[in-house]
Amino acid sequence: MSLWRELARGLRGLVNRSAADRDIADEVEHYLEEAAATFEARGLSPEDARRAARRELGSLTVVREQVRAYGWENIVETTLADVRYAIGRIRRYPVHALVAAVTLALGIGASTAIFSAVNPVLFQPLPYPDPQRLMLIWDGQGGSRLDVTFGTYRELITRNRSFETMTVMRPMQPTLTGVAEPERLDGQYVSADFFRVLGVRPALGRDFEAADDQPYDPNGPFVAIISDRLWRRRFDADPTLVGRQILLNDIPVTVIGIMPTGFENVMSPQSEIWSTLRYDPALPFNGREWGHHLHLVGRVRPGIDSDRARQELEEIAAAELPDFDRPEWATLRDGFIAHSLQDELTRSVRPALIAIVGAVILLLTIACVNVTNLLLAQGASRRGELSVRTALGASRSRIIRQLLAETLLLASIGGALGIVLAHTAVDALVALSPPELPRSGAIVVDRTVLAFTAGLTTVIGLLVGLLPALNGFRASVPGGAPQQSMRIASGHQLTRRSLVVVQVALALVLLVAAGLLLRSVQHLFAMPPGFDPTERLTMQVQVAGQRFRDAETSHRFFDSVREAVRQVPGVTAAAFTSQLPLSGDEEAYGVHFETTPPAAAEEDPSAYRYAVSPGYFAAMGIPLRTGRALDSHDGAGAPLVAVINESFARRRLRGLNPIGQRLHIGPNSGPWFTVVGVVGDVTQMSLAVTPSDAVYVTAPQWRFSDNARWLVIRSQVDAAALAPAIRRAIAAIDRNQPIIRVATMEERVRATAADRRFALLLFEAFALTALILAAIGTYSLLSGNVTERTREMGVRSALGASRLDILALVLRQGLTLTGLGIAIGLAGAAVASRALVTLLFGVTPLDSATYAFVASLLVIVSMLACAVPAWRAARVRPSVALRFE
Amino acid sequence: MDTPNTDVIQGTLDMLILKTVSLEPMHGFGITRRVEQISRGVFKVNPGSLLTALTRLERAGWLDAEWRQTANSRRAKYYSLTRAGRKQLEEETSNWSRRASAVARILKAET
Repeated sequence: MSLWRELARGLRGLVNRSAADRDIADEVEHYLEEAAATFEARGLSPEDARRAARRELGSLTVVREQVRAYGWENIVETTLADVRYAIGRIRRYPVHALVAAVTLALGIGASTAIFSAVNPVLFQPLPYPDPQRLMLIWDGQGGSRLDVTFGTYRELITRNRSFETMTVMRPMQPTLTGVAEPERLDGQYVSADFFRVLGVRPALGRDFEAADDQPYDPNGPFVAIISDRLWRRRFDADPTLVGRQILLNDIPVTVIGIMPTGFENVMSPQSEIWSTLRYDPALPFNGREWGHHLHLVGRVRPGIDSDRARQELEEIAAAELPDFDRPEWATLRDGFIAHSLQDELTRSVRPALIAIVGAVILLLTIACVNVTNLLLAQGASRRGELSVRTALGASRSRIIRQLLAETLLLASIGGALGIVLAHTAVDALVALSPPELPRSGAIVVDRTVLAFTAGLTTVIGLLVGLLPALNGFRASVPGGAPQQSMRIASGHQLTRRSLVVVQVALALVLLVAAGLLLRSVQHLFAMPPGFDPTERLTMQVQVAGQRFRDAETSHRFFDSVREAVRQVPGVTAAAFTSQLPLSGDEEAYGVHFETTPPAAAEEDPSAYRYAVSPGYFAAMGIPLRTGRALDSHDGAGAPLVAVINESFARRRLRGLNPIGQRLHIGPNSGPWFTVVGVVGDVTQMSLAVTPSDAVYVTAPQWRFSDNARWLVIRSQVDAAALAPAIRRAIAAIDRNQPIIRVATMEERVRATAADRRFALLLFEAFALTALILAAIGTYSLLSGNVTERTREMGVRSALGASRLDILALVLRQGLTLTGLGIAIGLAGAAVASRALVTLLFGVTPLDSATYAFVASLLVIVSMLACAVPAWRAARVRPSVALRFE
Repeated sequence: MDTPNTDVIQGTLDMLILKTVSLEPMHGFGITRRVEQISRGVFKVNPGSLLTALTRLERAGWLDAEWRQTANSRRAKYYSLTRAGRKQLEEETSNWSRRASAVARILKAET
């Protein structure tokens, strides 16, 4: 009831202010009349009675205002008045407002875009129930993170007490066949508990059950769960698909479930289809069950903390039980590495993201400082106005509120522009983001981001307005009205100068960071990859379908593809390999030599395994050091031979002649390969990582046939342009086999530095903006200063100062500020650049060349910014100056 | 020369208004006059505070307001107590007497 009255009366006051005002006036007037009537009754004349009543009542206006000030509607009303006033100011000074709003828009837009990019990675929990209970578990062999074996998973799941469930997964790339357009799909083989570990259920159909994960049987039955995206794209969202069969690699697979629309698979965002692993729980040592190739994720029981879980994993690793035999390559002697899934996913990108967040904060600060400076410069023009308002009785808080309303309005315009900017920027960010960036699908300008921007805008509006508001008020004390005193002017100059120094310092920090990253990327690309990337086209060719069950058939297919590709005009060499350097493939085996010098016993045995076709080294431009390359004589029936890289030979054989040495690849029960040649080192993963060890065998001599192989084509002409001709040549042999991941080797080299290039790009953009803003700040300060000192300049030149003297005077002033800013900035950069360490390559965070270059760049830019005002000052004629004001 | 303090004791204005209006519907000045008369001039009500308090009490639903035409054809606002206002008055009165007697007891206490 009373709330309703409160609202109704307030609204009436708002909507019909004049009626409400009349009511108040009438009531006050009636009060006065009654009071006067009382005096009259005591015998005073009507005039005297009225006067007496007035004396008793005090000022009618004050009483009316007092009554009027009651109620919530008044807050609304004064706020509206403040906004109207602010709009009026902005309309009177549109250029100022535009510059301020655009500057803020740059800062807010950049912050919003970056926030939306880092929010899902750094701040938001993973999109699963109780995500903090999910842990990613690695085999910690040699201190590195190694995928676990199926045997390890079987042992852990049986022995542990801390985890509710665990699941293992590995990638699969089945081809959807039996349709008009075959398509290679990304997916995962998972153990039956996969979705239960994540805590997500299919939206349609059922989840995997233990019965679906029985040991592999070529006759099936096979089951799969597909993503909502795949369901809509390829099956028209047909609900009857559940229970029906589709063909994967020509094998019938029953679709048993469809995941919900919002399901996000953070460990493999591309995956659209899941099938069961179907490994053999008898764990034969020579089977794939003991390969290090599975990601292991566990869900910790409620009430058990991750430290306890980790401790139990260590206990299990340390205590080998007779029931759980471990082969020598999976002894778990170094224990496990287990962290929360979220931490593990973001581990590699977090330093870069934090550095980028730091950079955008710097940029935002510079933008705010710039706008503050702009408003301070405007302060001079409004000092008179503020004095008048104070004299008329406006309270201090009312004036400050009004000035803040103005900056809040500016900030809001900036924020709105910023959101528009961020929308574009986010699309660009996602397009440019390095492939390692997890959850890039979740990068959107959503409600959280908008709330962040709204909050940020408010804070900025207040921050930016605070200094000018206080400053404006200080200047508006009575007495300041007619002519600004020198003390106020110089105090206000001091503030503005300090702000310019801050701007220069912050810009320098950003520039140094950008410079260090630039040099890192340059260093990185100067690293020899171990092969010749020029004019080499690469693509992955796959075989899919029943007829390729037989290894012989696939070898024959790949041989004929190679022959056909070599006939394409422009092609000078073509070869296949099971994994391609810098492609992201990472398939390693433990390699054990028959003879190992004692000194090399502790060396890391793992090496990348390449099953290659003859001519691979030549096609890639990998130099042969000794012995011979692999050729067509090294076929299925011939003696098993291998080629290794030179540092591998050096480290593992310690001076023994590598040629003729025998080695096992993987399980010790496997056959011996004889080393026939040594080639140069090649970078498999990234230019920043030291070259990795490699063992090369021919495809027919490897124990299984790789269904997906990389085709490397060397050409005389533009390699990229050959792609269509090569596709045609392969299609002519079998049009059903998908060709994917087409790229030149040079593109792959560039892509390996994607994370650094991404950070570099952002830092360059931010640093450039910061540089421009700092230059604008310096310029506007000096330019305002020169205007204020026109008379002084005139007097100086009248007293005989040459133009050069005056030019030097202004330049000196500007450069002193810049110099101070640079000094502070250098110290700041030395501290801040430590945050970049993980992104740097080949330079230290204190790289003196970068610092020197950046400092001189800033000096040059600020000289340019000073030059115009200095030139203006130098041209002041004494006569003009004396007439000024 | 010291003028005696005629301010209404803080926090009691609402109670005084409610009590005064409880006798009969009254306009603003009537309330002032009544408070002064009954308190024998001990309390003088500030017009600004009174009119603001009346607005507040009306909005709280304790008073009803009604415009009436005066003899010289002006508008006057008359306030009357609502049912909720009566309850509030009872509450405030008992609260006040409890506290006032406590204060009195403390002041009377022998040292």
